[in-house]
Parts: sequence; structure tokens; C-alpha cells
Amino acid sequence: MARLDVTQIRALIVRHKRWDIIFGVVGIVCLAIGLMTFATLFVDMLLDGYTRLKPDFFTSFPSRRAGEAGILSAWVGTTLVMIVTAAVAVPLGVAAGIYLEEYAPSNWMTDIIEINISNLAGVPSIVYGLLALGLFVYQFGLGQSIATAGLTLALLILPVVIVATREAIRAIPSAIREAAYALGATRWQVVQGHILPYSMGGILTGVIIGMARAIGETAPIITIGALTFIAFLPPSPVTTELPFLSFEWLKSPFTVMPIQIFNWTSRPDPAFHANAAAAGFILVFMTLAMNGLAIWLRYRIRRNIKW
Amino acid sequence: MSVKASAEGLDFYYGDFHALKNIKMPIYEKRVTALIGPSGCGKSTFLRCFNRMHDLYPGNRYRGEIRLLPDNVNLLDKAIDPIEVRMRLSMVFQKPNPFPKSIFENVAYGLRVRGVNKRAILEEKVEEALRDAALWNEVKDRLNEQAFNLSGGQQQRMCIARALATEPELLLFDEPTSALDPIATASIEELIAELKDKVSILIVTHNMQQAARVSDFTAYMYLGELIEYGWTDDIFVKPKNKQTEDYITGRFG
Repeated sequence: MARLDVTQIRALIVRHKRWDIIFGVVGIVCLAIGLMTFATLFVDMLLDGYTRLKPDFFTSFPSRRAGEAGILSAWVGTTLVMIVTAAVAVPLGVAAGIYLEEYAPSNWMTDIIEINISNLAGVPSIVYGLLALGLFVYQFGLGQSIATAGLTLALLILPVVIVATREAIRAIPSAIREAAYALGATRWQVVQGHILPYSMGGILTGVIIGMARAIGETAPIITIGALTFIAFLPPSPVTTELPFLSFEWLKSPFTVMPIQIFNWTSRPDPAFHANAAAAGFILVFMTLAMNGLAIWLRYRIRRNIKW
Repeated sequence: MSVKASAEGLDFYYGDFHALKNIKMPIYEKRVTALIGPSGCGKSTFLRCFNRMHDLYPGNRYRGEIRLLPDNVNLLDKAIDPIEVRMRLSMVFQKPNPFPKSIFENVAYGLRVRGVNKRAILEEKVEEALRDAALWNEVKDRLNEQAFNLSGGQQQRMCIARALATEPELLLFDEPTSALDPIATASIEELIAELKDKVSILIVTHNMQQAARVSDFTAYMYLGELIEYGWTDDIFVKPKNKQTEDYITGRFG
């Protein structure tokens, strides 16, 4: 082929760059569709519910009168359930992830475990609800309580935490690991002094993303029997007498935000729809805030690590 | 001149691949021994046998012995915990690999692993190690800064300080200057020349001139075998083996 002259080169470039531009446009349109849909939903909820976004909305219990109904029991319930979920999912998930990455020998048994954990992430959440109903509510006798809800959601997000832990650990270069071992460290010393601290950013991100998913899970919570009209709060974890900490709240019946929203949307009275919109807006806001926190935390922790 | 370590009939397998064939060679005390040879000849593999780094990965097998004197223990003995071996030997790697911690914590890590936690002792030993590594003056005011902020040559000297802090019996260098610029390389070579009065050194290098400059003894390896071993001056001026001569004169490799 003869060498191209400059005009030919330029014509070629113009023709090829057309595809650059076409894909750029297609990409932006796809992005816009996703963002606009979300923005529309968000704004729509805000417009429907802004009348109810007053302080008393957060401090009132549900009521038959729409104007007085609030989300107090719902957001307290959500918070308490999330605490239990995190308290169970994080240690179990992180420990399992560390074991699989650092300790487990690479044989067929470990391969089967890996496949199963990835599959667990795809199990429909209602199946977790059924599991919890049989196991936690009846077999273990935990009843329809915050403890059961927390355990169920913890199982639900466990695969997410395990995978996030493993990915975070894999990102650590082997040079660092070898340097630590070469200085005479045992496996646990390497895990505790290096692997865990360096993977904390990735692990935290995975945990928060898992929790952001758990916060909106309704099916398993309904299955285990969260109630929809709760006009009381669970007992306080902090008491005025020794030992100043109580675990009574774990056994308490409860409700959560998604269920409260569901309950209000299914009422015929349109005034309740404003409540539902306001609560929905708050729930989405909480989820966005959690994801934002995950991103910020990862940025902060990653800042000190350069490799 | 006494022997510090000695490989005897050492064979090594990566799975089925026979990587080292019947290596027999001494490492003399308070001297620098260099391992040279073309890529893939097994010099890094041999080096990493000394501190049992191969144990970290599955599928590796040792045969033969590496004896460490004066107590004449076989480092490759399955009955000996690799961690014990690594507590007696230290290694400096090809690419500087500081931990994402402060300079102080990097150098002190080996000591912490050995249970030394008193601040006063750590400070003293860290300073001593950094002085030995010719880095103290440059970092004494910023020990709490991240080690990543140092230049490449400084990072490598810090890694050397980290390896020295634990007072190893044998210091292993795996191509320590191949990732550094010529000026940093020169400063590391100077350092090695000074360090040999304190500790026995085994250094792998693909740079023949470096081996000629820095070492007392040189071993030429090819395809997993030890072709020739002797005083550096003898190897470079009048090698006995034709293969050695071909490599040194640049006819191949």
C-alpha cells in the first residue's frame, strides 16, 4: 500500500472520529435516561410530600388521621434493625472473607464454597424471609422482633460483604505481603497489621453498599412479621440503672420505613399518599447519604495508600 | 574467612518444573557473594530458597539442604518453621516495597513482630538502622511521614534499614537496584560495600558490572545450574568455563 498523503490521512481521521462522536452521544443519552428517571422520581416524591416534611413528621407515631401520622416508629425501627444487621454481617463477612483469601487452601472444597457465596448474592430476598421465618422466628424462638429482622438482613448482605472483603484484600500487592512475611511475621500478624488496615477502605465501602440495599428490603421483613401500625417505640437500649445497657429492644416488635410507606400507599385516603411520598423521599435520601458516606470514606482511607 | 551458609545438593521444583539442579555453593561470612546469569537462570529462585519465601505459595518443593552456620541447621528442613528462618535472615526486594505507614513504623515493623514494643528501644534501633542505611540525615526530621513520599532510592534505602533493624545473620538482596536510576544505584552499591563489615550479603544482580564492582565472590548460573563459582576477580578476568566467559563478554544473555 502506498503511503497516505496528508489530505488522505485527514479524511480518514474525520471518518473514524465520527464513530467517536456517535458513541459519545449514545453514551450521554443512556446516562441521561437513567439520571432523568431517577431525578424525576425524586422530585416527584418531593413535590407530593413536601407539605409533610416538618419536624413533627419525624417525631409522631402513625395515626388514623393523615395529618398527624409520622414516621417515628418507622425510622427508629429502621435504625435499630440496621445496627443489628451491621453488628452481625460485618464480623461474619469480614472474617469469612479473610479466611477465604488468606487461610483457605486452594482445593475443590474452597472452589465450591466460592461458587456458593456468589450464588447467595442472587437468591431472592423473600427466600431469606422464609428461611428466617422457619429458623429464627420459630426454631430459635426469637419471635417477630428486631433481632430476627437484623439477622435476616445480615444473611442477605453477607455475600456482598464477603465479596467486598475479598476484592479489597486482592487489591493489596503481593510485594507488600512478601515484605511483611520476609520480616518474620506470622500469618495472623500479617493479616492484623497489614491486610486488614489496608483493605478497610474497600471493606467499608462494601458494607455500606450492602446496608444501603438492606435498608430498602421489604419482602423478608414482611415475611417475618414486621407490623405496620406500631404506636410505640422499642425499649431504650440505655437505661437509668446498672448496667446502663439493656437488650430488651432486641425482642421488641417493630416496623421499618419501607413497610410504613407500603402501608400508607395502600390506603384509599389520598392524604396518606403525601405521607408516603414524604417517607419515600426520606428513605431515598437516607440511601443516597449512605452511599455518599461510603464514597467519602473510601476516598479518605485510600488517600494514604499509594501503590 | 569462615563460611556463613552453604547450599548442598539443592534441587528445587516449581510443581513439575525442575528449576534448580544440584546447587552446591558456600556463602562466606561478612563478604558479598553475587549471583549472576541471564533471565530465567534461577538466581532469584535460589535466593528465595534461603528464607523459604517459596513456602508462601503452593506447589513448590525443595530437595537438598541449605546449612546455616555456626549452628549447622538445615534451613530447608520441614521440621523448622519458615518463620524462624525469616527471623534470622532478611531480604530486600527488587522494587522498593515500603508499607503504607510512616517511615518509623516501616523500619520498626520487624522489631514489633519480635515483640519489641517499648518506644525508647524502638527509637534507638530505628535510628541505628537508618544510620547504617545512610538515610538517617535525610529523614530524621520526618520519621512520622508516609514512607511513600520518599524518592525511589530513599525508599529502597529505607527497605534496607527495615531489613537491618532486626540484625539478620544473612542479608539477601534480590536485584535491589534494577528499579532505580543510576545515582540511586550508585548510593546503594556504596552502602552494600559498607554493610559487608557488619553482615554477610548474598545479592542477585542481572548487572554484571555491579557484580564486578560490589562483590567478593561471584556465582554464574545458567538454566538452573551453577556453572562456575569463585573470587569475583577470577571469574571476571580469567573464567574457567567457556559458558561463563561467553556470558561475561556479552556474547549472549
